[in-house]
Amino acid sequence: MMYRIVKKEVLAENIYLFDVKAPMVAKSAKPGQFVIVRIDEKGERIPLTICDYDNNKGIVTIVVQAIGASTMKLSRLNVGEKLCDFAGPLGKPSEFIHMTVEELKNKKYLFVAGGVGAAPVYPQVKYLNELGIKSDVIVGARNKELVIFENEFKELGCNLYICTDDGSYGIKGRVTDVINSLVNQGEKYDEVVAIGPMVMMKFVSMLTKKLGIKTTVSLNSIMVDGTGMCGACRVTVGGETKFTCVDGPEFDGHLVDFDVAMKRQNMFRDEEVRRLHHSEGCSCF
Amino acid sequence: MERVPVRELDAKERVKNFEEVCLGYNEEEAVLEASRCINCKNSKCVQNCPVGVNIPKFIEYIKNKDFKQAAEVVFDYNSLPSICGRVCPQESQCEGGCILGIKGQPVAIGKLERFVGDYVLENNIEVYEKKEQNGKKVAVVGSGPAGLSCASTLARLGYSVTIFEALHEAGGVLVYGIPEFRLPKDKVVKKEIENLIKLGVEIKTNVIVGRTITIEELLEDYQAVFVGTGAGLPRFMGIKGENANGVYSANEFLTRANLMKAFLNEYETPIKIGKKVAVIGGGNVAMDAARTAVRLGAEVHIVYRRTEDEMPSRLEELHHAKEEGIIFDTLTNPVEILQDENGWVKGMVLRKMELGEADESGRRSPIEVEGSDYVENFDTVVMAIGTIPNPLISYTTSEIQINKRKCIVVEEDTGKTTMDGVYAGGDAVTGAATVILAMGAGKKAAYAIDEYIKANS
Ligand SMILES: Cc1cc2nc3c(=O)[nH]c(=O)nc-3n(C[C@H](O)[C@H](O)[C@H](O)COP(=O)(O)OP(=O)(O)OC[C@H]3O[C@@H](n4cnc5c(N)ncnc54)[C@H](O)[C@@H]3O)c2cc1C
Ligand code: FES
Repeated sequence: MMYRIVKKEVLAENIYLFDVKAPMVAKSAKPGQFVIVRIDEKGERIPLTICDYDNNKGIVTIVVQAIGASTMKLSRLNVGEKLCDFAGPLGKPSEFIHMTVEELKNKKYLFVAGGVGAAPVYPQVKYLNELGIKSDVIVGARNKELVIFENEFKELGCNLYICTDDGSYGIKGRVTDVINSLVNQGEKYDEVVAIGPMVMMKFVSMLTKKLGIKTTVSLNSIMVDGTGMCGACRVTVGGETKFTCVDGPEFDGHLVDFDVAMKRQNMFRDEEVRRLHHSEGCSCF
Repeated sequence: MERVPVRELDAKERVKNFEEVCLGYNEEEAVLEASRCINCKNSKCVQNCPVGVNIPKFIEYIKNKDFKQAAEVVFDYNSLPSICGRVCPQESQCEGGCILGIKGQPVAIGKLERFVGDYVLENNIEVYEKKEQNGKKVAVVGSGPAGLSCASTLARLGYSVTIFEALHEAGGVLVYGIPEFRLPKDKVVKKEIENLIKLGVEIKTNVIVGRTITIEELLEDYQAVFVGTGAGLPRFMGIKGENANGVYSANEFLTRANLMKAFLNEYETPIKIGKKVAVIGGGNVAMDAARTAVRLGAEVHIVYRRTEDEMPSRLEELHHAKEEGIIFDTLTNPVEILQDENGWVKGMVLRKMELGEADESGRRSPIEVEGSDYVENFDTVVMAIGTIPNPLISYTTSEIQINKRKCIVVEEDTGKTTMDGVYAGGDAVTGAATVILAMGAGKKAAYAIDEYIKANS
């Protein structure tokens, strides 16, 4: 069984969207979950958050930022080419899918997306939107070129706030600045969902803790199997060791030990640099 | 007559590669070793075999050079002899009961079993006839020894069987855990799986039952389900510093090395190993991790809180580990993992232990020696202190009852779970155990499933 790429889009520099034919995954996928992708027989198992799914067409959408050797290789694939493995959906779905519409109607969600984090935020906002619940969404990026999913969020009719580090688009500043100003303007949120780089999630969680708003983050830990078998993805949450792939990927941001999580995330950085170098054809070391 | 020695790769050479260490018997050696069996009346070997292989009978056939007949006897009881011959703890099972062992060395039953299994694989002998299909479907979850043997038994009873496997490759621990130098993948494991496919079994990889599809959904399409999901969830000690960089579970370390082939440059999965590695534990898993680390070029220490006598690993692994230069720090237990300012392991605080009274398992339990703490530098630590069943299926299927050790509750004789039409066996039921027990459980459940389906149609 191979998994065919049926659509490819360049969303921004080094950020690509793929629609992949994977009917079994599309049928069961829920917001908050992820897949494990292997490009070919020699490839590593790459965890990627599900960013949309269409059960009727049997299609799952993923968004990839080309930062390492494997994600770069993935980003070079084209429509018609096939992935060797596409396993999922993995991880627990977002908590709100267990709530009734009535319960959700009384809640106000603020979604905070950093960089490619906009991709996994999208299915969550969409899910709530389909139940008639409008959320607020902040999308932060380094600059204008790196803002993704703007139109998609607009189509959902949510209150969208865009911010960039350099002010090239939307509000100049960081997502935490926007959260602060929304709260200062009197907005009341029952829950914040923050997805993006670890540091961003760390600072959002620190801020919302002060503000007293429950916060959910989605951790992109290093993984191997994604089924709970290896413990590579372990994180410290509330003083306990948890496996991101089976206990998460979403956790209470106020309980996550981000410093340990960030250190673990960098574990293979040197190795990655070495391999990247090799994969570009050099065999110097 | 002395036991016929088995040829092995030289320790100095083999630590530089991942090739199989034990070369096994050739025909001549096998016949000679078989001639040592005195065919005693009592056959303690058979009584000690978890699946009751008729050992004297198959050995008799080897003695007479009738290897095909020998294979038929073995396969009546055990569908994976090439694997079991390599990984069973023979010294505490068949060979432990051999009468020759009282005064000298027992018959090398494991090596003879392996010989028979390999003979079949190498000569492409069809040991099983393909049976006419009865049109009934059974789903098997997990492709470890329990799932494989259940599937093979059911296929031979005429069922159309589909195996659902979470990983990208079938075989369970046989492919992701046990290393190539002990159990060759292409030569043995893949061949066994190909034979299963020849029997008509379908294998669907990348399906995580409980997530991709639920047990309830499977029961809409299949008359019965067998759950052989193993005990894959690694345990950690719960000591300080355990989440530091450079601390792996044995499963992670072995999966990177075996399943993902991280030691080969052309494979993309990374592995990072320091100059000095500590492996915590004394079972097969610890030996496998230690011997893998040696092959990746490290100085390796096994840190174990009891003595060598209590180590649960196979005797052969212990010998091989020692030959390969692994240092045994016994009666020693880690109490803390020390890290540098970047969060990398730099050493451990170790505590000396002594043996006290025997515990309920009959092993003498270790007691801490007060004031004996010392620090030793290490740059990689591998935890091989056990695993528990993965909770995915029980999380998502409330009808399947589990006990407080997270093991699936079943009826002893049938493997029937608390959910109608669902059977289970192997490590998922017993907790981490052995290949042969998992295989036996899969086979037993297959017969129970056959009866269940017949009774319900
Ligand atoms: C490193 C190591 C060395 C060992 N050495 C020995 C030895 O020398 N001798 C010996 O007898 N025993 C040994 N063992 C133990 C032995 O391997 C196990 O007891 C045996 O493999 C258990 O078989 P099983 O079929 O129950 O489970 P497993 O082999 O664990 O297979 C379970 C399979 O189910 C899959 N799975 C899990 N959850 C799901 C799901 N939800 N959906 C789909 N698939 C799923 C897993 O991916 C896996 O492939 C060793 C174990 C390890 C880890
Ligand atoms: S990725 Fe292996 S346990 Fe989570």
